[in-house]
Amino acid sequence: MFRKTTLLAVALLFAFVACTSKKEAEEAAKKSPTPSEAATPQPEVHGTEVKAIELTNPLNKEWVETGKAAYELKCLACHKLSNEKLVGPGWAGVTKRREPVWIMNMITNVDMMLEKDPEAQKMLEECLVRMPNQNITQEDSRKLIEFMRSNDGEK
Amino acid sequence: MKYKHLILIIAVAIALPTVLLTPGCKPQNPVSAVEGDAAGKVYVAPGKFDEFYSIVSGGFNGQVSVYGLPSGRLFRIIPVFSLNPESGWGFSEETKPMLNTSHGFVPWDDSHHIALSTTEGEHDGRWAFINGNNTPRIARISLKTFRTEEIIEIPNSSGNHSSPFLTENSEYAVAGTRFSYPMDDDDSNPDVGISTYKQNFKGTVSFIGIDKETGRMGVSFQVLLPGVNFDLSRGGRGPSKDWFFFSCYNTEQANTLLEVNASQKDKDFIMALNWKKCEEYVKAGKGKKSKVRYAHNIYDEKTHSATSKIETETIVLDPKELKDIVYFMPCPKSPHGCDVDPTGEYICGSGKLAAVIPVFSFKKIQKAIADKSFEGEFDGIPVLKYDAVLYGEVKKPGLGPLHTEFDGKGFAYTSFFVSSEIVKWNIEKLEVVDRVPTYYSIGHLSIPGGPTRKPHGKYVIAYNKITKDRYLPTGPELTQSAQLYDISGDKMKLLLDFPTTGEPHYAEAIPASMITPNSVKFFKIEENYHPYVAKGEKEAKVFREGNKVHVNMTSIRSHFTPDNIEGVKIGDEVYFHVTNLEQDWDVPHGFAVKGANNAEILIMPGETATLKWVPDRVGVVPIYCTDFCSALHQEMQGYVRVSPRGSNVPLSFSTGNKAEPTGDAK
Repeated sequence: MFRKTTLLAVALLFAFVACTSKKEAEEAAKKSPTPSEAATPQPEVHGTEVKAIELTNPLNKEWVETGKAAYELKCLACHKLSNEKLVGPGWAGVTKRREPVWIMNMITNVDMMLEKDPEAQKMLEECLVRMPNQNITQEDSRKLIEFMRSNDGEK
Repeated sequence: MKYKHLILIIAVAIALPTVLLTPGCKPQNPVSAVEGDAAGKVYVAPGKFDEFYSIVSGGFNGQVSVYGLPSGRLFRIIPVFSLNPESGWGFSEETKPMLNTSHGFVPWDDSHHIALSTTEGEHDGRWAFINGNNTPRIARISLKTFRTEEIIEIPNSSGNHSSPFLTENSEYAVAGTRFSYPMDDDDSNPDVGISTYKQNFKGTVSFIGIDKETGRMGVSFQVLLPGVNFDLSRGGRGPSKDWFFFSCYNTEQANTLLEVNASQKDKDFIMALNWKKCEEYVKAGKGKKSKVRYAHNIYDEKTHSATSKIETETIVLDPKELKDIVYFMPCPKSPHGCDVDPTGEYICGSGKLAAVIPVFSFKKIQKAIADKSFEGEFDGIPVLKYDAVLYGEVKKPGLGPLHTEFDGKGFAYTSFFVSSEIVKWNIEKLEVVDRVPTYYSIGHLSIPGGPTRKPHGKYVIAYNKITKDRYLPTGPELTQSAQLYDISGDKMKLLLDFPTTGEPHYAEAIPASMITPNSVKFFKIEENYHPYVAKGEKEAKVFREGNKVHVNMTSIRSHFTPDNIEGVKIGDEVYFHVTNLEQDWDVPHGFAVKGANNAEILIMPGETATLKWVPDRVGVVPIYCTDFCSALHQEMQGYVRVSPRGSNVPLSFSTGNKAEPTGDAK
C-alpha cells in the first residue's frame, strides 16, 4: 500500500514537472535508470558551449535545492561557499565576478575552457589542479548557477 | 691451395640451392623468416589504436591479460582467480568473497581457456569466460568494465580443463573433469584405494547455464561419465548446434605413470553429447538430485561489492540409463584439441601422438547413430565405428598436433607442438597447403573469431611454450611468447614476436569496434549503493561499532576527507571505506596505510572500496594516495593516531582544520 502511494506521489510529481517542462521530466527519467542498466555506457559530458542563458528573479527555489545537492556531491570537496580558497576559489561573489555562461562552461566543458579561455588558464596557474570534469549536465549546471546566486544573496 | 678453393666453391654451389629449395626445410637463422614489410604491418603509430583486442588466458598466474593486435602491446591484466595487490583484488573487503570456494578462500588458480560470448555463433562482445583448472571454477568477465563479475565453483569435478567453451548462443558454458576421481552414490569422494580407478573413478561434464540478459551463471545439470580424462571441447554450430564434442584420453584408465600407461591404445575417444536432449531430460525430471557444496560468487556493480553463497544441489543425468545423449567416437592416440569448423559440419581431432588429423563428419555421425553403427560399448556408452563417422584423415601433417582454428575460407590451421609449426590445410580436400615454423613448441593458436561461425581472419597468433634464445635472458625463468602471422594471403608470414605474462594457453581475439563503444569510463556516483559510501564530503564520517572503527572517507584531487583521525586504539579493526568522488575518465585514486597486512586499494571514479587495517602499535600512522592523480598528488596524505588499549582519546576526525594541539601534547 505504502509503495503504491509512493508510486502515485512520484507519478504526480512527474506530472507536475511535465506541466512546467516536459523536457526536464524526460531528462529526469533518463537519469534514473533501472538497476539492470548499471553497466550502460557512460558518455563523457563535454557539453556544447553555452552561449547565453536567461536569469530571472525571483530565484527558482527548486533549482536552488537541486543545485545545492549537486554542490554537496560534486563540488564541495574543492570549493567553499565563503571567499576562502580551498583547492579552487571560494564561491562567495562568484556570480558577480564571472558571467554565468563562463561558469557553466567551466563546469560542463572544462577541457575547452582550459584550452582557449585566458581567465580559465589564469585560474589553473593559481590552483595547479585542473578542475575535474565532474560530468554535470548543462541542465544541472544551470541549477548550480541558481544556487550560486542564492549564495550571493539574490532572492 | 687453388685446388682446395675450387672444391669449396663447388661444394657451396651444390649446397646453396639445395638449402634454398628443399621444401619444409627450416630457416637456419630465425630472423630470415621475417620479410621486409613486416614492421609496417604491426606498427601502430603513437595515438593510433590496434584493430583487435586479444583476450589471453594467464595460465598459472590465474588471471586474464588484454593485448592489442597487431602491435602485441599489453594493455591490462584483469585479476580473476588470483590475488592482485595492485588493485586490491582479493584483499579489499568487497572482493574477498569472489575467491571463496567450498574449500574456503582459494587465492590462486590455473586459468587455461578463454571463451568470448556469442550470439548465433558469432562474437557479440559482451563477456569473456575463463576456467580455473585446479579448484574447478568458471569466471565471467564483463567486456564493458574488464572486471570479473562472477565466479562459480563446479561441484563433482576436479581438474576443470575442458572448459569454459560455449554453446552457439552462449546458453551454456561447459566444464569437464580432466581428473576423474572416486564418486559414490552421493557423488561425494569416498576413501578408497587409488588402484581402484576402473571400479570407482568417474568423470562428469557440467553445463553452466548463462542468463541471456545478465550473464548470471548457474549449474544447470551434470552428466555422469566413465572415468577417463576429459581434455578439451567445442560446441557445435549451425547444423550441429545442439551437440557438444569432448576429447578424451586415458581410456586405459591408468592411475599411475600416465605418460606411458595412458598411451597404450591406438585410439581414445571424442565424445559427442546431445545437450539439447539432456535439457529435455532435465525438464522431464529424469535427472537425479545430488547433494553437493559449491560457492557462487557475484560482484554487484551497484554496491561495488561481492557476495558469496554456498549452493547445495545439482541435477545429474546418467547416460547408462538415458541411452541417446552420449556417444564415443574412436580418435587416434590421446586426442587433445577437438575443434569444430565454422560450418559446424567438420570436427577435427588432434591426437598428440598421432601421425594423422582425423576429421569427423557431423552428417555421418547422425547417420551412424540412426543406423546404430556401433563397434561396442565403453562402460555402458555406445562406441560408434570409426569409419562410419570419419570424413577423412590429413596424412602426415606434422608431429604432435594440438589445436585447430579456422579462417572461414575453407582452411584449418593446426598447431604442432613437437615439430614446432603451424600447418594450414584445406578442410574439404584434407590437403596441407602451407606450413610455417614457430619459435618454439607452440601450444594453442588463435585466429580472431577462429572458433566462431564468422572468423574475422587476417592473423593467426601462436602461443609458444618455449622461448629460449628469442629474448634477452632473464635468468632461468624466461618470458613466455606469442608470435603473430599474417594469413591474409596464400602463405602465412611471420610478422612479430611479443612476450606474454603467465603462461597463456588459449586466447580469443575480437575486433576493437565490437568492444570500445561500450567501454565504461567511470561509475556514476549517484548510482553508488555501497553501504558505506560517502556521497560528497558532507557524508564523510568516522564511527565506532564495538572494536570496529568505520571510516567513510572521500577522495578527490588531491585530498582525503577526513585526513586526520584520532581515537583509534590498539585492539581496534579499522575499515577505510574510500569513495572516489571524481566523475571523469582515468582518475583513479589509491589508498595505502603503513603496516597494513594486505595491499593497497585502487578506487575507480564513483566507486567505493574498503581496506581493513589492524594497527599493531601505538603511534601516528600515515595514509596516502598511491596513484599519481594530480600536480599535488604528493600532498594527498593524512594521519591516523593510534592510542593504547583503554585510552580515553575520543574518536574525532577532520580535514583542513588549522593546527591546534589536541590531546596530550608533548
